[in-house]
Amino acid sequence: MESFLNAIKTVPLNHYIMLSAIIFSIGVIGVLLRRNAIVIFMSIELMLNAVNLLLTAFSVYRGDASGQVFVFFIMALAAAEVAVGLAIIVMIYRNTNSIDINVLNRLKW
Amino acid sequence: MGTFYFIAFLSVCFSLLVITARNPVHSILYLILTFFTFTIHYILLNAQFLAVVNFIVYMGAILVLFLYTLMLMNLNKDNEPVKPAIVKIAAVFGGGCLLVTLIASLKTLGTSQPVVLNNPNLGLVKPLGKVLFNEFLLPFEVSSLLLLSAMVGAVLLATKDKQTKTI
Repeated sequence: MESFLNAIKTVPLNHYIMLSAIIFSIGVIGVLLRRNAIVIFMSIELMLNAVNLLLTAFSVYRGDASGQVFVFFIMALAAAEVAVGLAIIVMIYRNTNSIDINVLNRLKW
Repeated sequence: MGTFYFIAFLSVCFSLLVITARNPVHSILYLILTFFTFTIHYILLNAQFLAVVNFIVYMGAILVLFLYTLMLMNLNKDNEPVKPAIVKIAAVFGGGCLLVTLIASLKTLGTSQPVVLNNPNLGLVKPLGKVLFNEFLLPFEVSSLLLLSAMVGAVLLATKDKQTKTI
């Protein structure tokens, strides 16, 4: 326990921000790169988690518990979003037999 | 100190594997590993409640939901058509531009203070519960409403509709 507390003592806040920025960018690249709707959803989860980690780091840095409560709310929101999103994907798959997002290009116009 | 950098390296590696794996099932398994490294980050920050919730809710519930959905669909490996190379290059370039912008704007801030845990029981269940049920009581109740409506919506969307089946 004490060693865990000592483990973060020398990590600057900037490195947490950098790690979150890298993982957020990987999520953005995943959304742009893939055509499988489920993988796009997973990239969105990756972005949400990067934000969660950054909020927790800020909360510890400032000594304020509100940031961690906010992470809790983001997790509840992610659960709701995943349930509805996967239901939509299942419905799309049932109608089109594919989860390629390019079959949904009629939404563009 | 070294622990953080090692775990951060693992997080970046696994999240890169998530978006590059060809098979979606492998992608989900790498995502589980990524979330496991995030749980270790939370433990390092002494946010024990969040570590447990991340472990149970994300790795236990959300990703299992992903796996179930993927297995419902019975996808073949070559089901996903690849994007043309120019689109891929543009996607990586766009994401790289975002990353460079974020890092550069961070660099102008200069060096920061190290993250020091002033209050050792900040992330435990008891102080978090006190904050959650005093200041954030109304958002907590509203989020229960959100979860209820999401559940009803998911059931409504995913059930087979007999009338529209002929379309």
